[in-house]
This record gives sequence, C-alpha cells and structure tokens, in this order.
Amino acid sequence: MKSCLPLEMGKANLDVFSETLLGLARANRDVVVVTSDSRGSGKLVPFAKALPKQIIEVGIAEQNLVGVAAGLASAGKIVFAVSPGSFLTARSLEQIKNDVCYSDQPVKLVAISSGVSYGALGSTHHSLHDLAALRALFNCTIVVPADNFETAEAVKAAAEMAHPVFLRFGKRPMPHLHRPGTTFTVGKSLLVREGNDLAFLATGETVVQSVMATDLLAQEGISARVLSMHTIKPLDEEAVVQAAQECGAVITVEEHSCAGGLGEACAAVLMQAGVSVPFRIVGFPDEETVPGTQLEIMAHYGICPEGLAETARTLLNRKRL
Amino acid sequence: MTEQQLFIKSIEYRIRLLRYIRQARAGHTGGSLSCVDILNVLYNCVLNVSPETAEDPRRDRYIQSKGHSVEALYVVLADRGFFSESDLETLCRFGSPYVGHPTRKVKGIEHNTGALGHGLAFSAGVALAGKIDGLGYRVFTLLGDGELAEGSNWESMMMAAHYGLDNLTAIVDRNQLQITGRTEEVCALESLAEKFTAFGWSVREVDGHDVAALRHVLCAVPFESGRPSVLIAHTIKGKGVSFMENDARWHHGVPSEEEYEGAIEELRSQMKEAAV
Repeated sequence: MKSCLPLEMGKANLDVFSETLLGLARANRDVVVVTSDSRGSGKLVPFAKALPKQIIEVGIAEQNLVGVAAGLASAGKIVFAVSPGSFLTARSLEQIKNDVCYSDQPVKLVAISSGVSYGALGSTHHSLHDLAALRALFNCTIVVPADNFETAEAVKAAAEMAHPVFLRFGKRPMPHLHRPGTTFTVGKSLLVREGNDLAFLATGETVVQSVMATDLLAQEGISARVLSMHTIKPLDEEAVVQAAQECGAVITVEEHSCAGGLGEACAAVLMQAGVSVPFRIVGFPDEETVPGTQLEIMAHYGICPEGLAETARTLLNRKRL
Repeated sequence: MTEQQLFIKSIEYRIRLLRYIRQARAGHTGGSLSCVDILNVLYNCVLNVSPETAEDPRRDRYIQSKGHSVEALYVVLADRGFFSESDLETLCRFGSPYVGHPTRKVKGIEHNTGALGHGLAFSAGVALAGKIDGLGYRVFTLLGDGELAEGSNWESMMMAAHYGLDNLTAIVDRNQLQITGRTEEVCALESLAEKFTAFGWSVREVDGHDVAALRHVLCAVPFESGRPSVLIAHTIKGKGVSFMENDARWHHGVPSEEEYEGAIEELRSQMKEAAV
C-alpha cells in the first residue's frame, strides 16, 4: 500500500545528481560538466577531483556557460551545464532559447539551488520564474525530481536524451518517496499516495510536503492522492485528467510562481478536457518574496503540511456544495 | 584559385546575393556585401569542409555570429555545392528553410544564429571539444563590429584565451557601421585591437576586401601558438555598389527595381574590368 509508505530520509537530490553524473562520466569520457564557479554549490567537487579533464570551468559567466555547452554538444559531448537556477534561466535565457532549444543541441541544463533554496539570500537568488520561462520555449523537456530515486533516474535519462532537457534541483535532503522497483519514465507522473477525495499534483521538493499533508488529512478520514509531477513538460495530461475525474478536487503544488508553472499547465489541461472540479494552485503569489529559510518561506505561502491540509479542507467544502 | 579568379568570384557572389535580396524583398544588404570577400576566401581557400564532409567530426567549422548577413553565406554555400542555388528562389518565403538568419536546416550551416553575441561562445565550445578529443579541426567565426557591444562576447574572449584555444579564429567584419550609424558614435569600440590583445588574443588586421591578403592571413592561423586568433577585417558596408557604400540605411535596405538594375550594372562593369 503506497498510503503506508514510511518517509525514510535520503540525501540531497544534488548529492545524488553529482554521484550519478560521476558514474556516467567514469563510464563514458564524452560526458562533461560545465560550471560557472558553481562546482561547490553543485556538489561537484568530488567529480572535479575524480575526473578533472571532464569538468570545464568558465567562471562567473552564465551566458558563456550555455553557449559553450551548446558548442561542446554539437561536437558530440554529453554536456551537463550546471549553474544556480536563478542565473541559469534568467541571465542565459536567450542562450537557452537559441543556442540550445532552437538549435536543438542536446545540452542538459542543470539548475541547482532552485526555487527558494537559497532562502534568506533574497530574491536575486530565487528562481521562481524558470518553469514559466522554459515552458514557453519549444524543444525543452523540463524535469523536477522529487526524491533521490527520481533524481538518479532523471539524470540517467537526460544523458540519453537527444534533445535539450532542463533538470531542477533544490539542496535539502529529501525523504525516499518510492518503493524499490518503481519505474521512472520522463513524461509519466508517479503515484506517491493513493486516495480519492482529492489529489495533490506536486513537483520537486513540494511533493514531500504534500505527502505529509495527506497524513494529517488521513487522521480526519480524508483520503488524498499525491502524484509526483516530475516532468513539467511534456506534462502527463492523462494523469491530470484522471486525478481530477477520480478525486473530484485538485490542488497543484510548486516551489515556483503561480504564474506559468505546473498549476497553470494543469488548469489548461483540465479546461480543455472539459473537466471542471474545485481547483487551487499553491505556489508563490505575484509579490516580493518574504525573507527566511526555504521552509519558512514555503510555509508562509502555504506550502507545508498544515497549509496544504487547510487548503484541502477548504477545497473539499467547495466540492461538497 | 588565382587572385583574379577569387576577385571575380566575389563580384559574382555580390550579384547573386543582391538578386535574392531583391527577389525576397528582404535581407541585410550592407553587411552581406561587406563580408562576402571573407566568406569567399574562407570557403574557397581555407576551410577543410565540403558537402561530402559536412558531417565529418574532423571538418573545419564556420559559425556566422553576425547571422543577419546570411544572404552572403547562402550564395557561397550554394556555389560550393552544399545545396542547389535554385533553392534560394524560396528565400524568406513561407515554409522555406532559407530564412533571414542561418539555421541548421540548411546543409552546411553549423549553428542557428541571429541574436547577436552568441557565435563566439558556441565556437569556443566547439574548439574546446576539438582540443579535448585531439581532433585537428579549426573553428572560424565571423563577428559583426556592432555585435561586439554584447557583453557575452567578452565572457567568451576571456574563456577562449584561458583555455588557449588556438584552433579558434574570430574575424571581425569591421565595417564601422551598425543600424543606427557609426559604431564609434553609437558606443565606441576602439581601440579594438588593443582590447583583444588585453584579453589574451593574437591580433592581425587586414583589408577585408583584399582577397589575396585575406587568403594569406587566414591560411596563417593560428597567429600564435596557444592563443586564439582574431582578424580585424577592415571593410566597407555595402562594398561594391557605390550608392550603398558606407551608408547605414543599407543595413537592411532592399533595392528598388531601378536601384537593383543600377547595382548589377555597376558590378558587371567591375567584373569586365577584372577580367581584362
């Protein structure tokens, strides 16, 4: 029973990214990583020590990072371009659009310390726009893993992909959400909790918050489903529609602006499928983000077990009307 | 190819690119005319690439960072057999791959460009891969002078010098003009050679319309072992057509029928003189 799965703490997804990448790079010397003075925050120091010829440092120059990565990819390298999400996807957006997506160079863009992972460092370091910006670019797969398993699988899948892909990681340790033997497929959501009263469609580090909310709701006899929507694009539209039809109420959860992210993507799917259910997007509102730690900030905006449970109760009241 | 043949070929290219710009009612006339001698020398004398080796990992690469001058590139690639020149009849038409900036949909084009300040970083990445893999290919990229105001270029310059990419050559089409007017009045570039030198590049300068001098200097890359090379090619925007020369209005001006006929007549008379 997925609803009984205990939450055993794992590593930070970034650590798993680094370890998985090192394994891939040991096996294939064409795997290279490009960094913009970001090997420390990208947990890539062990990689650099083990395979110094397969890490390319460009300095604090994110535009160059992405352009160089595209050039390397065009010459046959399997390139992971690693930089903080805030800089990678804002300063280098034109390079991502033109040199990677439009030019169809299979660069693996890796956003580290995404969302509000940098917490009290402030809005310059937050990336709450990236999913919206990249969703609007053609030819860009977007994957936001929730736990260590999803991370390892996503990195391996990215290495095999012949087209551009964006991976987004936070830096807090994440609990394991999936049983051994689970199959990960880019573009197919993963069921984390079974339930039929309402559905949480969550992504990245908000999945565990949603899971903990279901535990609170279960004490009140409310059975909530949780799907890890690890792939934002292409979205698992079938799972979104199915969740809405079977549960009758949907809450989307993301560490991202409410504008243009997972929630609006799901809303568009449901509207166009003619499925109308009580629906709420939980994310960041259109305002300057409050300072604090990642968890404090997320809790302020209702991305915490209590906040999500309360949103669920409100939505269920609407469902019953 | 003799110097005279190269010279005549440049005039032929000018006639052709004007024809397609006139036909499409669109194009970047002035910049295509300023860089076409450089492309002529690259594709006919320097680059180790052909339609047969267009996918060969060891081929030399040319990346046109100043993508707007694509009409010059199209006629040169067609002449070198990468595609049939009749394809250019579709230039800028609905559904045609021959759009107003280079795309990889066209055989022989290495990278999609058009937004300025992108080609050098991409070229540095390709050059770095060549170094890593020990492949002997060389990478050439053409930069517009106005384009150098994009800060991304200077990131790439630092990085290319840091990695000692002597398999990378940048050519600056130094025609002194950008869409608003003179580069020195819009946002001064000079002293450009000193700036490149300070960034660790080996610099040469050349008359960008002297095909013999272009061939001589471009066959001599790298200018210095262990450093990227840059050739500042002094050119004239609109070169070859007297009323287009040194006039920023021809940045993307399209000739009227009368202007077109006059331009072609002028170029044909240059060709007759050259053939003597």
